[in-house]
Amino acid sequence: MATHRCNIFMLAFVLCGLTCVFVREELVIRPLHSGDIYASFQFRTLWDTDFLRGISHYRLFPKSLGQVISKFSVRELHISFTQGYWRTMQWGQPFLPSPPGAELWVWFQDTVTDVDGAWKELTNVLSGIFCASLNFIDSTNTVQPSASFKPLGLGNVTDQRFLRYAVLPREIVCTENLTPWKKLLPCGSKAGLAVLMKSEKLFHSSFHSQALHFRPVCQDWKCKSTVLELRQTLNVVFDLHTSGQGKREWSLFKMFSRTLTEACPLASSSKVYVDVTDNPQGELFELSPTTPLLSQVVVLGDRRTYSVYDLTNQATFGQTRSLNMLLRWRAAENMLRPLLHGERYVAGYGLQTGEIHTLMYNNHPYRAFPVLLLDTVPWYLRLYIHTLTVTSKGRDNKPSYIHYQPSKDRLRPHLLEMLVQLPPNSVTEVTVQFERALLKWTEYTPDPNHGFYVGSSVISALVPSVVAMDTNSTRECPLFSSFFPCKEESSYFMRVYTEPLLVNLPTPDFSMPYNVICLTCTVVAVGYGSLYNLLTRTFQVEEPSPGLAKRLANIIRRLRGVPLL
Amino acid sequence: MGLLSDPNRRRALTKLLTRLNAPICVMCYLAGVAWFMGLAFEPFTLRTYMSENAMGSTMVEERFPAGERALATGREFAAHKKKVGGMPVDWLVKTMQSRGLEVFTQSFTRKLPFPDENKERYMVRGTNVYGILRAPRAPRTEALVLSAPCSEGNNNNQAVGLLLGLAQYFRSQIHWAKDIIFLVNEHDLIGMQAWLEGYHHTNTTGGDWSPLQGRGGSIQAALSLELSSDVITSLDLVLEGLNGQLPNLDLANLFYAFCQKIGVLCTIQGKLQRNDWDTTSGYSHAAQTMMLMVLKQASGRPWGDHGLFLRYHIEAASIRGINSFRQYKTDTTTIGRLLEGMYRKLNNLLERLHQSYFFYLMPSLSRFVSIGYYMPAFGLLAVILLLRVSFHLWDNRGFYFYLTPSSPGVLSILTPVVISHMTGVALYTLPILSQEMAVQHFPVSETEAVVLTAIAIYTAGLALPHNTHRYGTEEGWRVLKLVALLYLAVLLGCTALINFSLGFILALSLVPIAAFITPHTPKALSAAIMVLLSPGCTLLYCVFLFQELQETPVSLQDGWMLFLSVISQGILDHALYGSLVYPLLALLIYPCWLLLWNILFWK
Repeated sequence: MATHRCNIFMLAFVLCGLTCVFVREELVIRPLHSGDIYASFQFRTLWDTDFLRGISHYRLFPKSLGQVISKFSVRELHISFTQGYWRTMQWGQPFLPSPPGAELWVWFQDTVTDVDGAWKELTNVLSGIFCASLNFIDSTNTVQPSASFKPLGLGNVTDQRFLRYAVLPREIVCTENLTPWKKLLPCGSKAGLAVLMKSEKLFHSSFHSQALHFRPVCQDWKCKSTVLELRQTLNVVFDLHTSGQGKREWSLFKMFSRTLTEACPLASSSKVYVDVTDNPQGELFELSPTTPLLSQVVVLGDRRTYSVYDLTNQATFGQTRSLNMLLRWRAAENMLRPLLHGERYVAGYGLQTGEIHTLMYNNHPYRAFPVLLLDTVPWYLRLYIHTLTVTSKGRDNKPSYIHYQPSKDRLRPHLLEMLVQLPPNSVTEVTVQFERALLKWTEYTPDPNHGFYVGSSVISALVPSVVAMDTNSTRECPLFSSFFPCKEESSYFMRVYTEPLLVNLPTPDFSMPYNVICLTCTVVAVGYGSLYNLLTRTFQVEEPSPGLAKRLANIIRRLRGVPLL
Repeated sequence: MGLLSDPNRRRALTKLLTRLNAPICVMCYLAGVAWFMGLAFEPFTLRTYMSENAMGSTMVEERFPAGERALATGREFAAHKKKVGGMPVDWLVKTMQSRGLEVFTQSFTRKLPFPDENKERYMVRGTNVYGILRAPRAPRTEALVLSAPCSEGNNNNQAVGLLLGLAQYFRSQIHWAKDIIFLVNEHDLIGMQAWLEGYHHTNTTGGDWSPLQGRGGSIQAALSLELSSDVITSLDLVLEGLNGQLPNLDLANLFYAFCQKIGVLCTIQGKLQRNDWDTTSGYSHAAQTMMLMVLKQASGRPWGDHGLFLRYHIEAASIRGINSFRQYKTDTTTIGRLLEGMYRKLNNLLERLHQSYFFYLMPSLSRFVSIGYYMPAFGLLAVILLLRVSFHLWDNRGFYFYLTPSSPGVLSILTPVVISHMTGVALYTLPILSQEMAVQHFPVSETEAVVLTAIAIYTAGLALPHNTHRYGTEEGWRVLKLVALLYLAVLLGCTALINFSLGFILALSLVPIAAFITPHTPKALSAAIMVLLSPGCTLLYCVFLFQELQETPVSLQDGWMLFLSVISQGILDHALYGSLVYPLLALLIYPCWLLLWNILFWK
């Protein structure tokens, strides 16, 4: 059986030739300050094809996705499914941020004429591919941000007409979303790092996020031609406390109930990185087996050191022919002070009005930096935009750019984007009041008393690098390298998502319609008519009707013009 | 309605109502009181049942093992509390952090309008400590709260210990879908008020608190724990909150269900339930329990730390451990299991608690009276006012309407109305404003000054309006009476909708005098009756009745002191938490009563 599979892989190699070397897989393991452990998988597939000439051969690129992309002329597609909220204060920054629920943003080619139509069809198709409720994306939760979501790949089209962005904060992610996602991998879940993805372990965690990013990139450093890149990422944070039974010890097997035995045969590179930056002398944790390979990378503005395990090298697996890294903790948990950090909550009480507060923390000791805040609020929270205030350090902080698109009832949401300068070491508070709309009774969800979700707001920023911040370093580094404070990248791009909101709307008692119908009918039929009569008429006792003779006499008198009897 | 549009029949009806007006009114009053007393009779009440499906059918296991360790933590807490002489903030922060919570603190200061002599505080400065247990894979949209007060002396140490023990135990479990906030609040309700206002970023009463750092989304339910002994005999459930608001009945049902399941004695109003409903003593026991609830609800004050949650539409209750001389004891592990079970079920909630009743009275923990059953009792009292309106509107022949445009009465009643309300405003504002002056001139403390000023203005009001109308007419007092009757009907109606108990008690005392007062009744006797049935005296009777029902009867002297402290507490509750009973009584009910007083002395 094994030889048979090998043959197929060999065949694939022969058929697709050089392009196959474009598959790479990586797993980064980072022990977090809180004592939790962060595992991040990334799989990259490149596809050198030209869209416009029509596509015939998908090679290792998943065909189901490739067809969709070419049919709808998608330039870039980013989709993420997240269960849980990334705790920046304890975990630091993730490699790839994503909001709770499902997020989808797509740049279409500028040849697309009916963007809305393509978007609608695309969401429905993706909904099928990923077994998710993306079909609930419609005009009421789609926006076109003007500045927050720029294309990440090649191409200089920045006309927001071709961009669509939507978040479904209520989407619940589970195994049925993971399976189709795994099927898109070149080796499936049969070989390589993907063997670790067993759903019973992945969903026994504090945070789970799977994403897929599709974009055009340069083929080589000269950038003469473009290739299409598909990156699939999976980020999981395992909770040491609940599942470790009190032992501060982790291994691949404990995390995933599997060990690594081989690389994906189709991958040109297959590596496992373990972040050992905070642990140069092994005082925080101890890692075994050790590896001589160390790699230094600047990631998210911070210089990190990683132990590297190369899975394509047989020596990595050692005598047991399997790799099972082991970490033993020694340190306790403490809170971090991440440079940028966002929070959001609803203030006030009662079901009529409320106030959305968004807090943005700049914890940099002396540098101010600008951030772009994107808020998408459903139409049933009617924002009073004249109450919008931005304050930092108790003073008014006027945004240098505001893009506001008011909502239309049942058609589109509010879109609020602004560029705010965050002063150093400060909290900037954005508040806006809203009124809760009374929905039509068919518009309520089946569980209306649960509340209605408002998606996360997105804070995008160019944050000054920690490396650059480190001026009076006590670290041992050569003097010639430490005079000018700006080193490496002076700032880096970062995106932070705040928590979604759960807002209660005024909710009728749905068991009541029958009573209401009865009551109103009764009131109208019985009460109204008679009350109206009572109020508008005066009642008098009628004289008994006169006899025939008298009536005749009266007729004659009327004819004669004399007073009646 | 055809009855009214037919003049003959209408005349007959009017005749009936005018001729038999007084007997009908008396009948209605008696029927109302009888109906109310009947509510406590078991065959007339409903058995409680769980309405919320998410909490009903799901099974949870309670496995909390660490009661002894929780008690040890409680003792450690007590030691640190004694050492610091207040809230041991640093120790709590460290302990909560070591239990795997995200810990935050909130400091607050509050200056009371006048010193609170019951709790001996004036300038209050404190810190709340809370830790959030983040639910795995939940997006911080929903939360549950478990709170325990850090009280003076040796109280509630066990509650804090159990809270920390539960935090540690909950942290090791994977099935939480909502964040759980463990809150230790200082200075009981003042701290709770500061925390809730901080959490919801509101400021209704002008407190001064530091903003909160960490939140868990919208709070779905909260329990406040009070536990002062290592073992208990029973758990008491406290439901009455600010302004007589009650949590959803399902919360009480949940508590009762778990007490039954785990085998813990549970009480409400400190009274066990009895099975002998068909005996007199059984009935009077149920009636006492219900009357206690009515009195507590009518007071409009929060009877536990949970009481302030209700304003934010958070279902909340206090659970109080009681250690009496009974043989059978329950240990902390069992209470921990009970709380674990309750939180597991609350965690299962898909929606806020909304299925069951929000308006109810409980003659025992397993029986309740819903709004549909108790409202007729009030309705029977309120209809008297309308009957009296009809009596004064119609004369015996059918219709004679006293209010003709040329009638001199319309304007002449304006003076008493305005003066009565001015007195009300004085009663509302002056006690606090004039406390300094009173303290300077009389040998009293600030608190006494406030209370005595209030009583002085109240009594002065009786003397005031006598001379306001020189040439009162027969028509004049009738118009005034009509206005007073309608005013009282509207007032009581609105009050009863929001806080039935308060409305009912006020109706019991005010309706008879409103119905039968005229300038022609014997002055001295009527005046005595009116004073005895005035709102202030009603409050005094309520104090005595409450003590009697609690089986702690007091002497006249103590009762009077209690009465004074109840007044000061009422004013403080209004200033600190926004309770509406004091302004309602001072600004609306008391002026209305003065109008009736005016009628009696109409010349």
